[in-house]
Amino acid sequence: MGRNVLLIEDEPNIIEAIRFILSRDGWDVRTHSDGTTAMDKVQQFAPDVVILDVMLPGRSGFDILREIRATGPLAALPVLMLTAKGQTRDREMAESLGVTQFMTKPFSNEDVLSAVRDMAEA
Amino acid sequence: MPQRALTGTRIRERRLARGVRQSDLARQVGVSPAYLNLIEHNRRRIGGKLLLDLADVLEVDVQALSEGAEGALIQTLREVAGVQGETTEELQQPEGFAGRFPAWAALMSEQHGRVRALERVVGVLSDRLAQDPFLSESLHEVLSTAASIRSTAAILSDDTLDPEWQARFRRNLGEDSTRLAGAAQSLIDHLDTSPADSAGQQLPQDEVETFLTDPAGMIAQLERAQIAQHAELVDTMVASPQLTSATAKTLAREMLLRFGQDAVALPFDVLQAAVERFGVDPGLLAAQTGADVAVVMRRLGVALTSPPRGPAGLVICDGSGTMVFRRALPGLEMPRFGGGCPLWPLYRALAQPGMPICDHVELPGQPVQRYVCFALCEVLPQGGFDQPPVRRSTMLILPPTPSDTVPSRPVAVGPSCRICPRETCAARREPSILAGGF
Repeated sequence: MGRNVLLIEDEPNIIEAIRFILSRDGWDVRTHSDGTTAMDKVQQFAPDVVILDVMLPGRSGFDILREIRATGPLAALPVLMLTAKGQTRDREMAESLGVTQFMTKPFSNEDVLSAVRDMAEA
Repeated sequence: MPQRALTGTRIRERRLARGVRQSDLARQVGVSPAYLNLIEHNRRRIGGKLLLDLADVLEVDVQALSEGAEGALIQTLREVAGVQGETTEELQQPEGFAGRFPAWAALMSEQHGRVRALERVVGVLSDRLAQDPFLSESLHEVLSTAASIRSTAAILSDDTLDPEWQARFRRNLGEDSTRLAGAAQSLIDHLDTSPADSAGQQLPQDEVETFLTDPAGMIAQLERAQIAQHAELVDTMVASPQLTSATAKTLAREMLLRFGQDAVALPFDVLQAAVERFGVDPGLLAAQTGADVAVVMRRLGVALTSPPRGPAGLVICDGSGTMVFRRALPGLEMPRFGGGCPLWPLYRALAQPGMPICDHVELPGQPVQRYVCFALCEVLPQGGFDQPPVRRSTMLILPPTPSDTVPSRPVAVGPSCRICPRETCAARREPSILAGGF
């Protein structure tokens, strides 16, 4: 089981909190805040799990997820999507694009940790 | 609350006042005494020849017997029964209920009206909550900050946390608390409107819509002025305190200038004379007056002070389907932020530029609302052949008249999916918040 997580999120304090709880659990956490270049980071870092915010500067998380699923070697990459837009249609959109797990803000640390562990073990 | 006499009650009172026996009156008008008794106790509806005969025998004007204000009350009670989907015999006879309990019936009618009004407000607010970019941004800010605070607070609750990390997360918590307070205050400021404004008086489009509720007077002023003076005159109009933002003034200015150009192209007297002679078919009026069909539609929608069919609705959208002008009819809510029912002729016209569309449409509800819609999409060139033209769709909405030929299957439309109760609609793109009803 790999222990590499790429967190794509633009809120600095959320980044710091998630990085802390995952690092304490033994994960190697890389972070990135820009939607436009997020795909480059995914390919460069080759993470075992991606945590992806929906609203990012430059490019939406939905677009990034769509490209991940359309990129052969990354098609099965586990992706946890975080969003402050919890409406049904956003969840449906994420599911239609092939998200692995979907979580709305505000989330609990335990839920994030549990989701990352589950996805990595699956 | 004063009790309102119903038609049957009036007939009975008039008969007794004249000292006529029920059986004698029944014989004179050719019905059985038992049937007349049902009529007099408001258990049977009455109209037509029988009512005329009764008025004749009782030597009273038929208007004095016929339904007046109570007619609307009875109609409303029928709507109430229809909304609940009840078909029991008792509910199908609102006349009897209104006759025996007029005050309760009137109260029920008023409550029903209030429910309908609240449903409309819910629809407008839902539309606003779903589409208002400021609200969306503010809620995102609040939820993101709340997520950060929750996560940070959970980390800080660990007593074994290294002091350096503790200091770091405490600082983050302080920052987020301040940020959350600001975001919440901003949200409150945005929502803090009076109840009368709660359906949306904050956005520039709202201000423009209110400002142009009855634009005929302003358009008449423009028509009387030289076209060279329009810009100056419109600047004076949009200086109105009703328009508080620069965006609202700009939007209102553009619309008034367009209406002014329309007035020059199709003067009021010419329009009115043509309408009196040919009716309100925009295509026919365009052919008779030489004006563009879209100009005719806009003129019919905003210029006529006493249109032959009553008030007209007018909506205009751009090529993306976004409403740029909306003058809805009372009781007909068209979504402001796009996302309307794709079955409206307004949107279908976008796919068929230059093709006039006339449809009878039917909205869900009790009673079912029907309208006649004329729609046309204009193609407005911009620059050279290497630039795509701009599309603008205009739809004129008119109440139907009894003389209209209504198709057996009017187009079943809705306001927008979010507030449309039609469960089985092929065009539905999202669930309705009305699922299960109010």
